[in-house]
Amino acid sequence: MTTALPLKKPDRPEEPVPAPPAAAARERRAARRRRSVREHLTAYGFLCAAVLLFALFSWWPIIRNVLLSFQHVNFATGSTWAGLANFEKLFGDPLLATAWRNTALFTAYALVLGFFVPFLTAVLLNEFRHARAYFRILVYLPVMLPPVVVALMWKWFYDPGPGLLNEVLRGLHLPTSQWLDSSATSLVSLVIVSTWANMGTATLIYLAALQTIPGELYEAAELDGANLWQRLRHVTVPQTRFVLLVLMLLQIVATMQVFTEPYVMTGGGPEDSTVTVMFLVYRYAFVYNDFGTASALSLLLLLVLAAFSALYLRATRSAKED
Amino acid sequence: MAASTRTLVRPAVLRTRKGRLIYWSVLALALALFTVAFLVPLYWAATGAMKSPTELAQNPPTYVPSEWHPENYARAWREMDLTRYFLNTVLLAGGAWLIQLAVQVPAAYALSKLRPRFGNVVLGLMLVTLMMPATALLVPVYLTVVDVPLINRNLINSPSAVWLPAAANAFNIYILKNFFDRVPDELLDAARIDGAGPFGTMWRIVLPLSRPILAVVSILSVVTAWKDFLWPLLVLPDPARQPLSVFLQRVAQDTPLNSLVAGLVMASLPLIALFLVFQRQIVAGLGAGSLKG
Repeated sequence: MTTALPLKKPDRPEEPVPAPPAAAARERRAARRRRSVREHLTAYGFLCAAVLLFALFSWWPIIRNVLLSFQHVNFATGSTWAGLANFEKLFGDPLLATAWRNTALFTAYALVLGFFVPFLTAVLLNEFRHARAYFRILVYLPVMLPPVVVALMWKWFYDPGPGLLNEVLRGLHLPTSQWLDSSATSLVSLVIVSTWANMGTATLIYLAALQTIPGELYEAAELDGANLWQRLRHVTVPQTRFVLLVLMLLQIVATMQVFTEPYVMTGGGPEDSTVTVMFLVYRYAFVYNDFGTASALSLLLLLVLAAFSALYLRATRSAKED
Repeated sequence: MAASTRTLVRPAVLRTRKGRLIYWSVLALALALFTVAFLVPLYWAATGAMKSPTELAQNPPTYVPSEWHPENYARAWREMDLTRYFLNTVLLAGGAWLIQLAVQVPAAYALSKLRPRFGNVVLGLMLVTLMMPATALLVPVYLTVVDVPLINRNLINSPSAVWLPAAANAFNIYILKNFFDRVPDELLDAARIDGAGPFGTMWRIVLPLSRPILAVVSILSVVTAWKDFLWPLLVLPDPARQPLSVFLQRVAQDTPLNSLVAGLVMASLPLIALFLVFQRQIVAGLGAGSLKG
């Protein structure tokens, strides 16, 4: 989740323009032009490796994804145009609706948990005058763990028998759960893992945003008789509105691509309750070797995500205008 | 952040007896809750690895191992041949790191200071890729790696299949360029007058000034490569070349639980150590995307 890019207008190259007269000037201009050709070439030299790699692994794949969606991909005999056959196949797959439903549910749950929990955590931590470094390390520690490690660890914690979670629930005299083993709770269980592992990033970003709120605003609100709740609603939230919105959109884009947790922890089960869109893309491409249909599904996902990205761009732009 | 900064709660309240009582109880509650939520799972894994298989299977589980078997770590390391998979991971992460710096630093420098014609177009095209979620482009990038255009090579099972796509990272170029933009042009002019070429200027003047951002980019690239799972899973099908995350997932079913957990703990330790040492740079990296607008 490290994308962020309010597009800053790059500075225009500034040519120093001195204007001395006559032949000496012409001479100098010619020299500058020679130097400037060389400078441009040097600059392109500095850029060429990056441009080449972007072309190969970013720009061309973006275009190719669209092309592949309309092709039957075959390594041996070469690919052929397929018209809309891939999309027809896709929409004939009963799992497609399930995958979108699961992805939407995962994103929605992740939003409820992964959006409010970090914000409230940050608000709380910002009030503390002690142990701040400890809290910061604590919430960020899971972010540093490899996602596969997190998934395998939690798979063990979720064990309905000797697992940590049910043991804690029994200790608190609460009802235990089947967690990943029941299609009713599997998706929520994955959301809990993903939130546990990722909330540190959002918490620290919110914390930084909270620290930029001028204290006078709180004092002024207080003079107007605002209580704690009103100060939170009318000072804290509006002051961090931009960061909240940006992180919300980034989180939607990130969680809609969820793959590792279902792949490692549930394999899509039980009863397809954790089959996500990316999981289905993976299955089409690397289990069924049907790259065309996999690309068609990727394209659908890209279009949905692009809509959220466009919202994100609009949000950053309107925040600039404020 | 100074402790005196005004926040949501009124400072006067914190000076009253009741206010202080509430403050300390909320703090204690939060300390307990956060420790349980974030540290106990790690404790559970670190000690679980030291339990015997029978104790691990026991229901209800034990909070403290009844018998300690720290040698489980050494045995797990040996039996799973973790040396190989650590080295594989270091090779992938280290190579990705070096290639990213070698590609992204000159590119960002060119876009920021050398400013060739169409540089803005190139930057724009790079930034557009940030809008394209990487995972969703899995299939076309995979097919490109299987048969790289121009050189017609198949990179499957080669570490460059991980290194090269990692270098096409617009976020890093963007934050490097933003940093270079703040280096005053007068410094570069002075270097040029002293006879330094563009490379010498970058190497001797700009890079030493840019250590903070180089640290951020370095840590980001190493951590990302170490954590990566799906991409190495696809492009490194040869079990002998896989990094830790792919290896651990592959053997999870057939490994005794205590050995597996020991492996999980050991696979995380380098990143945890990295975090404790470079905490400031890592947190700085979070804000580097100029989220503040």
